[in-house]
Amino acid sequence: MYKIAAMGDKDSIYGFASLGVSIFPANDAVQGSRILRQLADADYGVIYITEQLAALMKDEIARYASLPLPAIIPIPGVRGNTGLGLDSVSKFVEKAVGSDILS
Amino acid sequence: MAIMNVNPTRMELTNLKRKLVTARRGHKLLKDKRDELMRIFLDKVRENKALRKEVEEGIRQANIAMSVARCVMSDKALDVALMLPTQEMQLDVTEKNVMSVMIPEFDVKFRTANATDIYSYGFSETSGDLDIAVKALSDIMPKMIRLAEIEKSCQLMADEIEKTRRRVNALEHVMIPRYEETIKYITMKLDENERSTTTRLMKVKDMMLAQAHNYN
Repeated sequence: MYKIAAMGDKDSIYGFASLGVSIFPANDAVQGSRILRQLADADYGVIYITEQLAALMKDEIARYASLPLPAIIPIPGVRGNTGLGLDSVSKFVEKAVGSDILS
Repeated sequence: MAIMNVNPTRMELTNLKRKLVTARRGHKLLKDKRDELMRIFLDKVRENKALRKEVEEGIRQANIAMSVARCVMSDKALDVALMLPTQEMQLDVTEKNVMSVMIPEFDVKFRTANATDIYSYGFSETSGDLDIAVKALSDIMPKMIRLAEIEKSCQLMADEIEKTRRRVNALEHVMIPRYEETIKYITMKLDENERSTTTRLMKVKDMMLAQAHNYN
C-alpha cells in the first residue's frame, strides 16, 4: 500500500493535508532533496511538488524519471503557474517524436 | 558504407547471410513496437495535456480561496484546523505492461468510509473560505491522481520510444546495409576466384594440348 505526499512551500501545500495527503514543507533545494530522497525510499507512490521547488532541484527529480515509482508531479503553487508542468509534457513529446507536434 | 573486416570465404558468407536475416526480422519487430508505442503515447500525451490544464486551473481556484482564508484566519488557527486530518489516502499501485514498458496504475482508497469527510475542523472557528479551498482541492484530487498516473506513463514511454527509435535506426541505416555490402563483396570475390580458376584451367589445357600434339 502506497501513500501520497506533497512537497513545497507551506502555503501551497497546506490544503492537501485535509485530504489525507502527507505534506512536507520545504523551501530550498538542499532541504527538498533530502526530503525527496527519504520519501522515495519510503513507500510514497505519488509525490506532488510545487513548480517553484521543482525548478530548484531538477537533477534530483531526474533521477527518478526512469523508475516506475515514485511518480513526481509538478503542481502550481500559490505564487502562480510557472508553466514548468506543461513544459515537461512538451519535453516528453519532443523526446519521443523528435519535435513537439502538439503545441 | 564500409564493409566489415572479414575473410571472403564461403563460411563467412553463410554466417553473414544468417545474421542479415536476424537483423531484418529484428528491425521489423522493433519498427512495429515503435509504431504501436507511438500510437498509445500520442493518445496518452494528449490526455495528459488536457488533464494538466484542468488540474492547474483547479489548484489555482483552490489557492485563491486558501489565500483569502489565510488572510482572515490567524496562522495558529489555520494550523489547528488542518493539523489532524480525518482522512487518509492510500494508493493501490498495479503495474501494466504496454509493449514491455511497465506503466503504473493508481487506485485510491480512503480510510474512512465516506470519501467526502474532508473537513478536519469544527466550523465555528474557521473561515468559510477554508471550506471552499478544501472542497476545491478535494474535487480536483481524483484528476490529480489520474494526472500522476498518466504523466508517469508518458515519461516512461517517451524513454522507451527514444530507445526503440535509436535501435530501429541503427539497424536500418548501419547494420543491415553493412551486412548487405559485405555479403555482396564476398560473393563478388568468390565469383572472381571461380572465374580465374576457370581461365587458369583453360590455359593449362591449351598448354597440355600444345605439348601433346607437338605444336610449335
